[in-house]
Amino acid sequence: MRNLKASGNTAIQTSSATGVARKHESATKHVSGEAIYVDDMLEPRGTLFGAVGYSPIAKGRITSLDLSSVRQAEGVVDVLQLEDIPGHTDIGAVFGGDPILTSDEIKYQGQPIFAVVAQSELQARRAVKQAKIEFAEQTPTLDVVEALNTQQFVRPSHFMTHGDAKTALDNAPKRLKAEQHVGGQEHFYLEGQVALVIPAEDGGMLVYSSTQHPSEVQKLVAEVLGVPANRITVDMRRMGGGFGGKESQAAAWACMAAVLVSKTKRPVKLRLPRTDDMTMTGKRHPFYNTYDIGFDKDGLIQAADIMVAGNCGHSADLSDAIVDRAMFHADNAYYLANVSIAGHRCMTNTVSHTAFRGFGGPQGMMIIERAMDDIARAVGKDPLDVRKLNLYGDAGRDTTPYHQLVEHNVLNELIEQLELSSDYRARRSDINEWNKNSRILKRGLALTPVKFGISFTLQHLNQAGALIHIYTDGSIQVNHGGTEMGQGLHTKIIQIVAEALAIDANEIHITATRTDKVPNTSPTAASSGTDLNGQAAKNAALTLKQRICECVAEHKQCDLDTVYFADGRVYWGDQSESMSFTDAALFAYENRVSLSATGYYKTPKIWYDRDNAKGRPFFYFANGAAVSEVVVDTLTGEYRVIGVDILHDVGRSLNPAVDLGQIEGGFIQGMGWLTTEELKWNHQGALISNGPATYKIPAISDTPERFNVALFERDNDEETVYHSKAVGEPPFMLAISVWSALRDAISSLSDYAISPPLDTPATPERVLNAIEATRQQAQEIKESAL
Amino acid sequence: MIRFLLNDQDINEENCAPDTTVLEYLRTKVEQRGTKEGCASGDCGACTVVLAEATNGQLRYQTVNSCITLLGSLHGKQLLTVEHLKEQGALHPVQQAMVDLHGSQCGFCTPGFIMSLFALYKNCDQPTRADVENALAGNLCRCTGYRPIIDAALSLAGKGASDIFTKSEASTYLRLTGILKQHPSGFIEHGTRRFLIPTNDDELLAQLQRFPDAKLVAGGTDLSLSITQQLQQPETLIYSGRVQELMQIEESASTLKIGAAVTYSAMQSSLHKYFISFADMLERLGSLQVRNQGTLGGNVANASPIGDTPPVLLALDATIHVRSPNGRETFPINTFFTGYRQTKLPASGFIESIEIPLQPECQLYVYKISKRLDDDISAVCAAFSIALKDGKVNDVRLGFGGMAATPARALKAEQALIGQSFTEQGILAAQKALAEDFSPIDDVRASGAYRLKVAQNLLLRAVLEQDNPTHEALEVVQYA
Repeated sequence: MRNLKASGNTAIQTSSATGVARKHESATKHVSGEAIYVDDMLEPRGTLFGAVGYSPIAKGRITSLDLSSVRQAEGVVDVLQLEDIPGHTDIGAVFGGDPILTSDEIKYQGQPIFAVVAQSELQARRAVKQAKIEFAEQTPTLDVVEALNTQQFVRPSHFMTHGDAKTALDNAPKRLKAEQHVGGQEHFYLEGQVALVIPAEDGGMLVYSSTQHPSEVQKLVAEVLGVPANRITVDMRRMGGGFGGKESQAAAWACMAAVLVSKTKRPVKLRLPRTDDMTMTGKRHPFYNTYDIGFDKDGLIQAADIMVAGNCGHSADLSDAIVDRAMFHADNAYYLANVSIAGHRCMTNTVSHTAFRGFGGPQGMMIIERAMDDIARAVGKDPLDVRKLNLYGDAGRDTTPYHQLVEHNVLNELIEQLELSSDYRARRSDINEWNKNSRILKRGLALTPVKFGISFTLQHLNQAGALIHIYTDGSIQVNHGGTEMGQGLHTKIIQIVAEALAIDANEIHITATRTDKVPNTSPTAASSGTDLNGQAAKNAALTLKQRICECVAEHKQCDLDTVYFADGRVYWGDQSESMSFTDAALFAYENRVSLSATGYYKTPKIWYDRDNAKGRPFFYFANGAAVSEVVVDTLTGEYRVIGVDILHDVGRSLNPAVDLGQIEGGFIQGMGWLTTEELKWNHQGALISNGPATYKIPAISDTPERFNVALFERDNDEETVYHSKAVGEPPFMLAISVWSALRDAISSLSDYAISPPLDTPATPERVLNAIEATRQQAQEIKESAL
Repeated sequence: MIRFLLNDQDINEENCAPDTTVLEYLRTKVEQRGTKEGCASGDCGACTVVLAEATNGQLRYQTVNSCITLLGSLHGKQLLTVEHLKEQGALHPVQQAMVDLHGSQCGFCTPGFIMSLFALYKNCDQPTRADVENALAGNLCRCTGYRPIIDAALSLAGKGASDIFTKSEASTYLRLTGILKQHPSGFIEHGTRRFLIPTNDDELLAQLQRFPDAKLVAGGTDLSLSITQQLQQPETLIYSGRVQELMQIEESASTLKIGAAVTYSAMQSSLHKYFISFADMLERLGSLQVRNQGTLGGNVANASPIGDTPPVLLALDATIHVRSPNGRETFPINTFFTGYRQTKLPASGFIESIEIPLQPECQLYVYKISKRLDDDISAVCAAFSIALKDGKVNDVRLGFGGMAATPARALKAEQALIGQSFTEQGILAAQKALAEDFSPIDDVRASGAYRLKVAQNLLLRAVLEQDNPTHEALEVVQYA
């Protein structure tokens, strides 16, 4: 430190740094191809490239494994099998059951058996095809209902009760029962799974991994290598999308690459080609749900017995928490006076299903939203009126099935606003008229709400750390435990720190998330990235601010109370003398004040007694509602979403552009889940929708032309970072309105007497089947009336 | 040797694997990694690049998926990538619009979107929403929900397509025409393997005879999948994209003759003139990137049961002109497909052209049914050509895709229609007969039962479309 002359940073004009639509911190890099993803890094000289060989069968045993031709293939340097793993061989995230490689038992198609490294990626992939493996095949369990009936579970079942469902059901004036299948979903992050691992000293490694959970990758890499965690550093600058698919399931590839590094002493890159990625990694859980609901003549629910059964695949992975979250959201926004909810974790011979935006919540909500439509048809009301009637309300109607009180409930007001702004009632009557005169096409309309609980339900994950350095030129480097997957987390953190220090956000630079900067981090998941890391970063900033204030007060000999930060300057004394933030940094440095600080945060108020299924698992709820309108072709089942209006509650928005992006993107992703995205396994258990040619996520023309999205202007009543609310997952479930609108259009064929079953994804084929069934049933009703 | 421009740099390549894709070349050989791999199968658009070609005195800019474009096909073209759009450090207008309107989140698909937006910017001064959807339907984004990207594209309307590329257009044009004057043909060789670029049909025939196992590459949109997905390593590839005789479209009083190597994009305006329903369906075949590369001849020769043009060509009773060592032959299309991915094309032969008779007396109905509206493979593709005489069906051909192992006519249903009125009553027997014509299979796209039901219902759709005095919307794509 010889030249202490500061550079730049003069006369900054800043207003509030949060609450503005600041562009994504990487936007200009994204558009110019300059944003570097793991696969874009120039590999160190001598890097080897990996590929994974996996099981083509879903269940059985390996009877013979001959990899000699693999080893002899062009360019091959080494092969990895189970017996080569020096440390742990089970890389299950929470529970055991996820062997890194198998040499014996096969539990799903796509189960990794070996990995190979070669001079090029193509050579490695070609070598994999040379393996000669024989299997003794067994009949796989593929049907979730079969698994449920035979009690094949990956974890024990869980139950929640409030009131007395059984008695209330028996006494209810009206009663309905139904079942539904809710399909899973492929993440289809545009950037596939990838890790680049570079050898270091003392058995250590530097791991570049596209992961939402660097600390878990660090832990698992250390465990498979049999070295302490302090030798392993995981670095994550950005992901090309995550959506939950890189929460637990990014680790396997980093672990395999790490062991291959230890075998070959060379850097190794392991990147999954799209079909391998889709075949080997878990998806959103498909669910099988049932309800038995009692209600009165107005459609007010008196009792509900709900069952949700997640198809977990072959192992537990995160399924315990995912099925719990489905149960936590089986009420969605509605008060269920007497309720019992059962949640089952079914084991099937497929890849282990995993986290995906909403984390079981969407699948749980589907059953109660189905019930709302069904009740409405049964009592002859508009489904919106039945939904409004059943919303959580004041004392006496504010307890959830897990005994948390719904406080600060905004949904009644939010729905009223949306009903007006979307012109719901006029459109409803217009559609009724139009449908009478349109023989082939039918339109449908639905408004559905979302109430989503915010916090990890596993309590210890609700903590975060951050690290801020101020350099003597006044520039600031921020690091925190969250990962950037496109959601704008880094952008919001920059804004939060800028606001805390009252400086220009352009002075702040965020670096890659690294386990050697902030340790023991939680996954960036559960919509919690900003809530947790934002508060931790704010706390670090406030620590530094306090130190500078104290230093100025001491050396300028003024009251600490008079020192404050504003507009990129530090002010002090009764005359409000000031210096630039840059000068203040240098001043503090020269007065021997540490300009590096950590920040820490843990969520208050939350607790959950799982044994008794009671507590406050969620710090608060995020809310929203959507109105969707569809048009359906009754000859083919084809449909289009022609209008969407959304009003969504993000508390005080930290960045309206980022929040809007999460709402719109979440909605369209949810729409894909419920409409065109169809996972298909064949009868042998092989995934046949294993690429974008056969698995159809929404394309640009699926986005409706009428797409009105507004933020519900209301600060979070809880003490979150600048009173904002989490936004990552909740909007996903707004798309349930599309599915409900499809059912509404089909129901029009029976003059709204029948509530058509419509499992998801509601492909044109399922829609056409529902149309035919509804027509037939309507005809039968008509005939029996004669 | 092949020669092309990589952005503004002259490139000569000779010793390269003949099956090297442009994406692999960019990312591993020259290590320009702004262009991303999302799927390596031409379905996601993350790898979209723009090719500029000198045609008729100007540069034509077209998007392609670099993951399924073979390096050899770049000969004489300019390859434009995302790294090259900035001008002296300043973002290109399409890049700036995407930044200003928050069009990127994770950013991984963004370079592909930028290149598609760039081509749109160069080709269309006042894009409508339909133009934007047409240009971007082959670019998948998993984060944004597309709204900000649509806004960014629309914000460029009327900005004028003037940019750095306009300034250098004349010199680029001369460089490209210079390459092709100096080296009209080219080749790549690597060991015993090669990529050949003949310039006329005699040369093509000679090369096919010399290398009997050679694969003929036109757009390569399907063939490249055998390379990137099945990891096949073909010995010899022969590129038809510079064979002048195969690139012609001839319009006469009685027929429309389309050269086998004419791309879908290039035949769009001719089809629009004569067969508007065919042209409309074509807008939903693949994506713009695929239509800029894929060819009519390739779709016919490929003989896939789920190709979208064969059902229409069957309905239109097209004739396939073939050249082989046996000389020139013609086949009526209804005899051309002999089995699953099998045709009557002789060994070492190639399709020269597809000739479609103009039939003003016939009404053509074309329907494509798929899970997703855009860039999806049909569950069922149906094309009906129907001529009425005195109110009765006098001549009819019903072409179907997705219903059998080959694209096929529904001969029994056709029989059942002859002499009937084309009404709801008149088609009842034909609807039933479809169940005798076809036993479609269950697969990832749809069940056999759905396919059959839809095929039957599409006959009804045609009837309703024919007699629709109130112009009632009959398809969801028409509803607005």
